[in-house]
Amino acid sequence: MIKSLKVLNHNLANADNQLAVLQNELNGQPFFSNKIATFGYTGLQATGIEVFQVNVGKMCNQVCKHCHVDAGPDRKEMMTLETMQLCLVAIQNPTIKTVDLTGGAPELNPNFRWFVQEIKKLGKHVIVRCNLTIILANKKFNDLPEFFKLYEVEVVSSLPSFTPDRTNSQRGDGVFEDSITALKMLNAVGYGVQNSGLILNLVYNPAGAFLPPSQSALQAEYKTELFKNYGISFNNLFSITNMPISRYLDYLLVSGNYLKYMDKLIAAFNPSAIDNVMCRNTISISWDGFLYDCDFNQMLDLKVNPTASQHLSEFNIQLLNTRNIVLKQHCYGCTAGAGSSCGGAVAG
Amino acid sequence: MANHYYNSEDLGKFGNIGEYQKPLADKFFDYYGEVFKTSALTEKEKSLIALAVAHALQCPYCIDAYSADAYEKGYSKQQMMEAVHVAAAIKGGAVLVHGVQMMNKVNEIAM
Repeated sequence: MIKSLKVLNHNLANADNQLAVLQNELNGQPFFSNKIATFGYTGLQATGIEVFQVNVGKMCNQVCKHCHVDAGPDRKEMMTLETMQLCLVAIQNPTIKTVDLTGGAPELNPNFRWFVQEIKKLGKHVIVRCNLTIILANKKFNDLPEFFKLYEVEVVSSLPSFTPDRTNSQRGDGVFEDSITALKMLNAVGYGVQNSGLILNLVYNPAGAFLPPSQSALQAEYKTELFKNYGISFNNLFSITNMPISRYLDYLLVSGNYLKYMDKLIAAFNPSAIDNVMCRNTISISWDGFLYDCDFNQMLDLKVNPTASQHLSEFNIQLLNTRNIVLKQHCYGCTAGAGSSCGGAVAG
Repeated sequence: MANHYYNSEDLGKFGNIGEYQKPLADKFFDYYGEVFKTSALTEKEKSLIALAVAHALQCPYCIDAYSADAYEKGYSKQQMMEAVHVAAAIKGGAVLVHGVQMMNKVNEIAM
């Protein structure tokens, strides 16, 4: 199995080195902040916090080649019960409607189920970014579909293709086959089934150095192919652009695609995506309780603007609601083409 | 004068043909854009047709563009190669069917 960049002591395991590539390898490309300034934006400001996204740990049973978290079985960072309790205090704020749990494989955190139960007691909508194969990874995870159903969790799962070749080339041998089995288990308890109220959304992201095609066309094709070939149904497909961060950045550099990919992102810059980028209504929490504008900034260790609170222990929603977003070159990933977010495309 | 008749960077300069004759270039690019929109055929299907035609024409710019486009739109490597074989079969067939013309001529003059 592939090791994480961190365990390999790879140059790009260090966030500063990733930022150095993004800021120095420009080849005449404009800085993101300058680009949006030409459309009248002097920086970008948050509009409030509706989504509270929590990375409960970097451990994962998979080692995907494009992972911006550099997650894997060898990552030991895990959110503690004490930090989860700080999250529970923060999310009591009524403007926060959704708690989005991610990782790594969030289910690997030993307090995951307790955390979901406590969040639901506060009346919040819960999203779990489930990699599907975790359901089959160990007997103790086989009942996850029932658990999700019991707490009406929205399940969001990556499946980069409805064919095995692309899925396995990105996510590892056998991942497609296990994902199909897991999707059938989710369907069996009602997930993705019409009128069940149990939401199963899939995520497409390109298996290579290119941008996603049309989300609506892809969704229609996924629905047809997955149902025809496997009898699987789901609700929505989110197409997500790969960010030039961590393992995907390494892939771009090693394959000689980095500058071409950045050129693609910049050539596809869509000003109508700016207002809807997810960092404006989201706060991202790291396993150790620090606050970031998004999951990508978290992996680049770009904490929220220091004038806002930077850790859960000093969480101040008033300051965070109007904070200035920290912008770097990777932000082009969220404004390319139809735009991109954890909920898929953001612009027409 | 460039060192090669074909330069990959020139693909990105395709739009520059309008510098010498804008009205015709505009008409062409409008038409081109319209042709590739989803209508009776999807954008994806049109991309695979374009890939096969690009090979039949042996246009390196078009092969570059539509190899990327077809793969990005989700075609597998196997599907894309089959499309190239379709182009090859038509090209090969186009040569061979002229063999009938050759036979006609030979039959006309042979004793």
